[in-house]
Amino acid sequence: MMMTTEEITKYLNQRFEGKIEFIEAEVGESWITVSPSILRELAKTLRDDEKLRFNNLMCLSGVHYQKENELGVTYHLDSTIHRHKLVMKVRVPEEKPVVPSVESLWKTANWHEREAYDLIGVTFRGHPDLRRILTPQDWEGHPLRKDYEQQETYHNVTTGI
Amino acid sequence: MGLLDKKYHDSNIIIVSLESALNWARKSSLWYEQFGLACCAIEMMATAASDYDFDRFGVIPRSSPRQADVMIVAGTVTMKMASRIERLYEQMSEPRYVISMGSCSNSGGPYWEHGYHVLKGVDKVIPVDVYVPGCPPRPEALLEGFLKLQDRITNESIIEPKVSEESEKKTTGKEPVGAE
Amino acid sequence: MARITSPQPAELQKKTMTINMGPQHPSTHGVLRIEVTVDGEVVKKAKPDIGYLHRCFEKYAESLGDFAKVVPYTDRIDYVSALHQEMGYVIAVEKLLEIEVPERVEYMRVILAELQRIASHLLGIGTFGLDLGAFTPFLYCFIEREKILRILEKVSGARLLYNYICVGGLMRDIPEDFKSDTWEFINGFRPKIKELNDLLTTNSIFIERTANIGVLPAEVALNYSASGPMLRGSGVSWDIRKNDSYSIYDRFDFDIPVGKGEVGTVGDCWDRYIVRVREMEESLKIIEQALDQMPDEGDVQEAVPRRIRSKEGEIYVRTETPRGELGYYIISEKSGPYRIKARTPSFVNLSILPAISKGALVADLVAIVGSIDIVLGGVDR
Repeated sequence: MMMTTEEITKYLNQRFEGKIEFIEAEVGESWITVSPSILRELAKTLRDDEKLRFNNLMCLSGVHYQKENELGVTYHLDSTIHRHKLVMKVRVPEEKPVVPSVESLWKTANWHEREAYDLIGVTFRGHPDLRRILTPQDWEGHPLRKDYEQQETYHNVTTGI
Repeated sequence: MGLLDKKYHDSNIIIVSLESALNWARKSSLWYEQFGLACCAIEMMATAASDYDFDRFGVIPRSSPRQADVMIVAGTVTMKMASRIERLYEQMSEPRYVISMGSCSNSGGPYWEHGYHVLKGVDKVIPVDVYVPGCPPRPEALLEGFLKLQDRITNESIIEPKVSEESEKKTTGKEPVGAE
Repeated sequence: MARITSPQPAELQKKTMTINMGPQHPSTHGVLRIEVTVDGEVVKKAKPDIGYLHRCFEKYAESLGDFAKVVPYTDRIDYVSALHQEMGYVIAVEKLLEIEVPERVEYMRVILAELQRIASHLLGIGTFGLDLGAFTPFLYCFIEREKILRILEKVSGARLLYNYICVGGLMRDIPEDFKSDTWEFINGFRPKIKELNDLLTTNSIFIERTANIGVLPAEVALNYSASGPMLRGSGVSWDIRKNDSYSIYDRFDFDIPVGKGEVGTVGDCWDRYIVRVREMEESLKIIEQALDQMPDEGDVQEAVPRRIRSKEGEIYVRTETPRGELGYYIISEKSGPYRIKARTPSFVNLSILPAISKGALVADLVAIVGSIDIVLGGVDR
């Protein structure tokens, strides 16, 4: 049975004692925010609960919120069984950006998490192979941070013009 | 034999300098290193395929750099790829030529401003003989690039030894064709 | 004469060996490197190493400061199906900023997208054959592909990267003979599919190389979030055009071809291949219906905003490209785009490679990579 994000939040909060916050957007899609401490348990519920069955992790993206000095991860979930979708967000401080990995639940998260680690700098606890994926292993910095400064040379080749 | 068939009465000897005979042979069988990088590679494939047909110029793809005469750098060269391109170039046997195809490998193209991971022109790592502009260049443009390279080969001389790689790099390379 | 016996170096005594496939390799479809651990001819582990074409799309998208300026860069994500990348992005922006698009534009976009799908599949099939040593189908596919490119060039002015679909409409009006050109192509192309089937699909060498190879079970495919022919080849009937319809795809009647294991197991390389072949026929069906329904009159730039006024919000929109689900996750601020993430099907589909190549032969690895039909621009962005 298809559910809206608001209904899903209500349903989840029965179990997670009001720890899940529903944010209604004026434009575009609404989302739920959760704290990293319950993320793994919540993700498991989202995947396995009979009423939810989010079996497809469409997208996982890292975001840098510069104003708040925070890093975030956004999960776009989709259920091919019940045909509903959910946007889930988690935020962590820039100094200690640790988010539990969901790789063991959705295998697709493996590369997505490596990408978020590479470009944004979020560390995923429990990821089996957290290495840089797009940039070389010895690259400096995380390019998609808003305050990123490009390194001048890489192996004696200039990165500028 | 087509054009030459039954055109000569007795012997069929043509007198020509060794140099031009060699150059004619070389320019008519330019084997290119088959490796595409990005969008331009698709146009390179289109040039090699049915409609544009590279083969009529004697241009044949080779999978190994050791068998190739010319390298077409077809697409964006990234920082991660730059050292590999250098290595591939080193593996080619001399005389070797490089055609830089498309804006990205000419100068970084659309990625010159914020492209932190993009090499701003392949000529920063290997010497380039012919630059083909475009994003991506049409197959005709690539063919034109090959004709320019053939011109260059026609004018090469066996009397003066070919400049070695080191001094080539030091003196910022030969005058590239179509660089302006 | 005594035989010289030298102690074997430690490296040679090991049972397994690690070899590199790529980044320069004729059958990796671009600059992909696969670290392959082999035991003799058998692949023990295949680890893709990507990023050799990482062109910083996401950095560009947030640095340019305007939604319209991003469109040419979306073209270059997956350069084989550039129109789909544009269309997905433009639909996402239009949804976010609530811009209504004229009917004629919608039809035109669908027709162009389906033409592009055929062109993309032709390239995918042609190079797949090339990987397995069949050169002729490649040339045949390119003849047909050039015909499509000529139509698209007449429309947009470019052969490969079009920059034609823009927020709110199309870059310029449709040429007068577009309909007749497209009809001519469709009528000429139908018999060619049969020719292609005779050349490749039912070729026993081709079947030998692709059947029962690289089998991807449906539940694994879903867990990896595979999409497009990769998922449908495993027998899952899932097409975003039907299941999560966008644009005006709900007006057309077409089927979703799925892999049935006709010559081998469900979800093998041959199944992924045949899904692409059949999808081309379905695309022809859609184009025919769209050509019939498309209004002849109407401005294609009616809804194009002079300057795009951004709103604060975010959205994730997915569309069906020839390779699968392309999603754009856009976070927008008052000043313009804040973060744009492109979730490309090539990236996700390639991540399955280690799971399905275990135990295959090295030569089969080539077939598996070819059947995934990746575009490295899409993988690395």
